Amino acid sequence: MLFDKIAKTTDGVSRRRFLQAGAAFGGGLMIGWVDVADAEPGSAPVAAFTPNAFISIDRDGKVTVISPSIEMGQGTYTSLPMLVAEELDVDMSAVGVTHSPPSDKLYGNPALGGAQLTGGSTSIRGFYTPLREAGAAAREMLVSAAAAKLNVAASELTTADGQVIHAKSGQKIGYGALVDDAAKLPVPAKPALKSPDQFKIIGTPVKRLDGREKVDGTAKFGIDAQVPGMKIAAIAISPVFGGKVKSVDEAAALAVPGVVQVAKIDEAVAVIADHYWAAKKGLEAAAPQFDAGPHASLSTADVVAALAKASERDGAVAKKEGDAAGALSGAAVRVESVYENPFLAHATMEPLNCTVHVTDSGCDIWVGTQIPSNAQLAVSEALGIDRDKVRIHNHLLGGGFGRRLEFDFIVLAAKIAKQSKDPVKVIWSREEDIQHDMYRPYYYDRISAGLDDSGKLVAWNHRITGSSIMARFFPSSFKGGLDIDAVDGAIELPYDIPNFLVDYVREEPPGIPTAFWRGVGPTRNAYVVESFIDELAAAAKKDPVDFRRQLTEKSPRARHVLERAAEISGWGTPMGERQGRGVALLYAFGTYLAEVAEVTVGKGGEVRVDRVVAVVDCGQVVNPDTVAAQLQSGIIFGISAVLWGEITLKDGRVEQSNFDNYRVLRIDEAPKIEIEIVKSGEKPGGLGEPGTSALAPAVLNAVNAATGVRLRRLPLEAAAQSLRSA
Amino acid sequence: MINLTVNGSKVSVPVEGDTPLLWVIRDVLGMTGTKFGCGIGQCGACTVHVDGSPVRSCLTQVSDVADREVMTIEGIGATKSGKAVQDAWLALDVVQCGYCQSGQIMSAAALIEMTPEPTDTDIDQGMTGNICRCGTYVRIREAIKQAAKAAAGK
Repeated sequence: MLFDKIAKTTDGVSRRRFLQAGAAFGGGLMIGWVDVADAEPGSAPVAAFTPNAFISIDRDGKVTVISPSIEMGQGTYTSLPMLVAEELDVDMSAVGVTHSPPSDKLYGNPALGGAQLTGGSTSIRGFYTPLREAGAAAREMLVSAAAAKLNVAASELTTADGQVIHAKSGQKIGYGALVDDAAKLPVPAKPALKSPDQFKIIGTPVKRLDGREKVDGTAKFGIDAQVPGMKIAAIAISPVFGGKVKSVDEAAALAVPGVVQVAKIDEAVAVIADHYWAAKKGLEAAAPQFDAGPHASLSTADVVAALAKASERDGAVAKKEGDAAGALSGAAVRVESVYENPFLAHATMEPLNCTVHVTDSGCDIWVGTQIPSNAQLAVSEALGIDRDKVRIHNHLLGGGFGRRLEFDFIVLAAKIAKQSKDPVKVIWSREEDIQHDMYRPYYYDRISAGLDDSGKLVAWNHRITGSSIMARFFPSSFKGGLDIDAVDGAIELPYDIPNFLVDYVREEPPGIPTAFWRGVGPTRNAYVVESFIDELAAAAKKDPVDFRRQLTEKSPRARHVLERAAEISGWGTPMGERQGRGVALLYAFGTYLAEVAEVTVGKGGEVRVDRVVAVVDCGQVVNPDTVAAQLQSGIIFGISAVLWGEITLKDGRVEQSNFDNYRVLRIDEAPKIEIEIVKSGEKPGGLGEPGTSALAPAVLNAVNAATGVRLRRLPLEAAAQSLRSA
Repeated sequence: MINLTVNGSKVSVPVEGDTPLLWVIRDVLGMTGTKFGCGIGQCGACTVHVDGSPVRSCLTQVSDVADREVMTIEGIGATKSGKAVQDAWLALDVVQCGYCQSGQIMSAAALIEMTPEPTDTDIDQGMTGNICRCGTYVRIREAIKQAAKAAAGK
């Protein structure tokens, strides 16, 4: 898996961390990680206030989990506290959750090379054990404190519902009364963890801790930050990537009531005002003009032509087994295809925004970010101030999907706010948000395979050509020209294929910034691989489910989800005219998932997804309701992309601008979704992304079943012509 | 100065008459539950009620709501239908990132107020203007049905 590889290739993994406890400010127990450089295991607790930790327990017994991962809808503010509550033996009603401050050391995800980053479906995978250990250690310390207080052996004590219980004498002490004593005790080096049969919380459908605030309007997203004296800014960024500001009518802007200042940086103009509407009107009056720069004539066709040409080059080998070329040339049947993935925008519901106050004492930033520590560093470098003077106040994210893994908008806001004496909230219009996204890259895939006389798959050759996000984002992981995200989902297939070659050619689109998008490599690759598997099934004259089943002999978990999805969906039962059923099988993020989609193709070629069946084996489940929610979410997200998702370029500019021309699925277009979760004690897998990754190929295969047309370019809307009924 | 009533309180706001109600609510009154999503009435995140009807506050000029009753997410829980919707949302754990949900709840509350027993078609029509990027639609549909029953005392 991708992120295991990052962990092996970045410095972070060499970091040794262990749990350390201390007294909380104003009394109470805190427990969290400490870096090996800062202390030794088993050392005395830190006497002073410990600001950074995973868990804080106050004198009322209230438990606060300082979440290393940020909440952006995926339910991590419920599932991570569940891990703590389970081992600590407290009821979920006694648990709260807060954002963590920036620190790779203290909140870095072990599944991501120790980076404080929420992404790649890694929150549970990275923190499943560390947060349970933190909870278990705190529990043991509370028990030790109670043993001393009651003058009994710790072995006579049990815990439940936030209390230490001495059954013999009938005495009970709440955790709150023990925290000050516990904070003085050493942290157990190897706290005992519960076995799965002892779980009371893990594996149950606990309600979201952030539910109430999100139904009554009190939840605070970055855009809701309110700082005394704050002004609001509207921005215009050069419509052509790489362009610069040429002129601004500052006087006209300042003449608009409520406008207080015009700020310029190289590529953008900001108008700062008392409220957003005044800022927006001021920006219109300012009528900024831009020098377009070197990419003034760029079009999507230019990008695709360059990728097609680059795909003729030999790539960096990602995986090689046997002799793919030899087996291909000797195959009875050869199939060869080219698949293309379009550029995509993230279009989070909350448009990009960031509030910054630059003062003599540093810089305060109120924002929702998936990557607080790196954002802190980037602002420190951009403004030339010490890193510890950049204070990031994280917020709930109104959607992330990878967009808030980037800090371009945070640095931009900091540069603007530096020109103002007041705190400034920079709000991007939806048009700016879509036209200055960092896009999922355009990818160009050449894929070929060979079947023997019996229709058995004997050779596989897949070349992936496109932008390398990793080379920019995780440079230390980019070695020998290989981007491990670009090939993720293409090299560890759930299938047994004897002669196998996957390689990668890096080709950057000129000027277009690229970034991760929900499902990262596996979303792009599953679309190619699982569409192509259907092409091979057709060439072998086999049913798509049967063809896959035969290839999964060595992957029983994959085979099981495939068979269950086929059964539940009624695979093979008749459907109506221009209706079809398609399947996709995925192994990614440590999770096995099969999706069956049913579609109806209208006379004009418009596609409607009527039903999706998803069967998932993600190992040990923490919260089954979250698993279901994330699959529903991933499926809907995937449908928007497969039906309509496409960012195109003309004259160096993005042609789409808002939800009217960058369509996303609405409630009346949403399918029925049926989900089955496989009971498993295997290692937990990721869930935020697989639902999206498997969706596109399932839909494309269903469209093929309905119409006989095989589409190798997305979105479907762009291919409607070829799907019209005769 | 423009006078209006927000969640039962009379307020006067010193803005130009063409200022969208959304920015008056958020930036002038400091009530942040109502969200900005698109600015062109395409996403529904900014939905509020004016005299009981759902409107997109990003496209509603504040001068048009002078002396009228505006209800936002901060006030909707005090109404029978609003509370029923919020309760159903919690019971089914509808929310994910939550950003669109103020608008979803305002639309849903208006829907069951006007259509006490909404069919799937009613829900499609009443809710199609509210986008959710997290894809909570399956649960929104169920929660509206549950809320409608609760509001009707069934």
